[in-house]
Amino acid sequence: MTPSARDVARDAGTASLRALRATTGLWRRSIQARVVLGTMVLCSIVIGLLGWALLRQVADGLVDARTSVAVAEAQAGFENSQEELDASLVSATNTQSQVLSALIDNITSRSGSLRSYEVVLQGPLSANGKVGPDAGTRSSAEIEAAAIPASLTDAIARNTRTHWTYTRLELTGPTDAPPAVVVGTQLRLPTGNERYALYYLFSMSDQQRTLDLVGRALLSAGVALTFLVAGVAWLVTRQVVTPVRLARRIAERLAAGRLEERMHVRGEDDLARLGQSFNQMAASLQKQIRQLEELSRLQHRFVSDVSHELRTPITTVRLAADVLHDARGTFDPLTARSAELLQTQLDRFEALLADLLEISRFDAGAARLEIDQVDLVGIAYRVIDYYSSLAARQGVSLTVVSTGGSAVVEADVRRIERIARNLVVNAIHYSGAERVEILIAHDSDSAALAVRDFGVGLQPGESQLVFNRFWRADPARERTRGGTGLGLAISAEDAALHGGWLQAWGEPGKGAQFRLTLPLRAGDEVSRSPLPLVPRTHVPLGAVKL
Amino acid sequence: MSTSMEGNAEPAPTSGGDRVLVVDDDRALAEMLTIVLRGEGFQSSVCSTGTDALSAFRSYKPDIVLLDLMLPGKNGIDVCHEIRAESGVPIVMLTAKSDTIDVVVGLESGADDYVIKPFKPKELVARIRARMRTYEDAPPEVLTIGDLTINVAGHNVTRAGEPVFLTPLEFDLLLCLARKPWQVFTREILLEQVWGYRHAADTRLVNVHVQRLRSKIESDPESPEIVVTVRGVGYKAGTPA
Repeated sequence: MTPSARDVARDAGTASLRALRATTGLWRRSIQARVVLGTMVLCSIVIGLLGWALLRQVADGLVDARTSVAVAEAQAGFENSQEELDASLVSATNTQSQVLSALIDNITSRSGSLRSYEVVLQGPLSANGKVGPDAGTRSSAEIEAAAIPASLTDAIARNTRTHWTYTRLELTGPTDAPPAVVVGTQLRLPTGNERYALYYLFSMSDQQRTLDLVGRALLSAGVALTFLVAGVAWLVTRQVVTPVRLARRIAERLAAGRLEERMHVRGEDDLARLGQSFNQMAASLQKQIRQLEELSRLQHRFVSDVSHELRTPITTVRLAADVLHDARGTFDPLTARSAELLQTQLDRFEALLADLLEISRFDAGAARLEIDQVDLVGIAYRVIDYYSSLAARQGVSLTVVSTGGSAVVEADVRRIERIARNLVVNAIHYSGAERVEILIAHDSDSAALAVRDFGVGLQPGESQLVFNRFWRADPARERTRGGTGLGLAISAEDAALHGGWLQAWGEPGKGAQFRLTLPLRAGDEVSRSPLPLVPRTHVPLGAVKL
Repeated sequence: MSTSMEGNAEPAPTSGGDRVLVVDDDRALAEMLTIVLRGEGFQSSVCSTGTDALSAFRSYKPDIVLLDLMLPGKNGIDVCHEIRAESGVPIVMLTAKSDTIDVVVGLESGADDYVIKPFKPKELVARIRARMRTYEDAPPEVLTIGDLTINVAGHNVTRAGEPVFLTPLEFDLLLCLARKPWQVFTREILLEQVWGYRHAADTRLVNVHVQRLRSKIESDPESPEIVVTVRGVGYKAGTPA
């Protein structure tokens, strides 16, 4: 299998996208990268401008010097040439043409072996100054006519002064044309009135080479300087960024619970002071947390001790009361009744003690989860089984309505069953209804178990109060029914310990619903519930009678 | 020197029930337990320190031990380890702490069951009776589970002729699984069938004892082959080799 072109293109696209993302990520996250890159950009702009200006000045200086030398040399050449022409004799054997060729040769020979200029002679010029139709061009080398700009030709034709301009030294043949200065003037032949235009072309290839050299030197110096400045910026920002990064790492460790971590402080500058303040903050935090931990530990210890110290004598009392209770048939009626009261109140006392200790355990932060796979449907059936005789005595029917089969959550089975029992026994005891439903549903993240009754319901505002410790809807009425008043408070704590919710809904006369929502995976938090808190309909749908 | 009240005493010749050794430092509770147990037809002896517990155990030869976990001298966990080292006699812990860590540590030290104070006398007696069920009248039956052979009547387990020593509870647990190898047992069902609990939600008992059983019978307890975990449900017997 070979990857198709499209795949390759896509891979390349994703790779470049990834590189772009990495770069923008670095830009966003790293102050150092931002400072270094910014410095480099600014530095290259400044160096570019400076270099350009410098190069311009050098070029102007070189060209000016070359031009003044060229014009002076040409001027001298013109004068010599005019004199030579004036002195020459034109005869049959020494034609005008030969005289002019000799002139060119003489001028060329004057410049020495290293010829610094080329010469062009055009003419004769016509009366109006233009190059006549029978005019010819003589030159020291194969120079293109285009090398002499038309503007210069015109200027020379108009008057007898010396003119100059810039051009390129274009030779026939495929050679590159260096920049050049061309200086020209009119020559007058002694015989007749024929005028010729004489041009000196001075190559500036030396100057061009010098300029190129300077430009290259400036460029490399600029690049080197940019990187140097970037390096300096990197070093300087590192001085600032390193302690900041160190502080970040230490802060992260502190947040992770390693409270003894501190920054290393050196010197007295701003960063050292930052470190000092940071360390003071960490120390103060550590102290507070230690105090809280100590407090929690002491409370937990106290609860544990109270628990142990109370439980042993109560066990003895319990056993004794049971022996008395079993033997009450042999007692006189008053003693027998006393034994019964002792027994029932001892039950209540035990339940209260157990609930108080449980609440204290929550308050001390000592409650721990025993995580297991728990099926809420299984729990519902077990709870119904457990309370079947109580429900029968109260004339209440218990049903489980499960949508979606078993709802398995990672939870502490003891606590979840305790919540379910609590909700069901409350519904049986306090609702005054003859029907109690346990609804179970789950989705991909959470599962819910709701206990619905169709009894007296809750007064407005009571749905929050029911979870308060020792809260009773009707103090006079409900104390007689037993219960510690801590059941729902403990259930709410149990639900919270699982990262779940326990909520209540109720309306007077329409019944109440208590809904427990748990995350499927231990450690998650519930964000929504698969069951509505307020029942959609007050009539049960497809209830399965147990 | 024994500080126990009846530590080295011979059982009263008049009573002929099962013998219970009560190890508890609280004298009132120990006496009350004696009264309750006698009422239920048990004989009992009391030992009130951890240091004397082992000698009391050796001399009294009880059928079951009731052991408080918080003892002066030597704590109940150590006593439990010592007794377990030389006997499989059922041990029921009496504990005032219901925190998981306390319960699990007690069970891991070798206790078969636990009762949290305060308990009702009937609850305690039910626990004792559940642990003293006998298989005297069991029909001759030989079961195999994995590479183990269980002789039900002889109450022993062998692997390739070599005996594997299990406590009676561990034997019951293994037997329960081996009798129905096709069935997956939930922890609740095991609590009911092995421990005699009904409506009990404390599955820590099962978890701890399955671990203990595995450490004795599995060749690699990390990847068990005889007592297999069925995730989200419970345990079942591995397929016979």
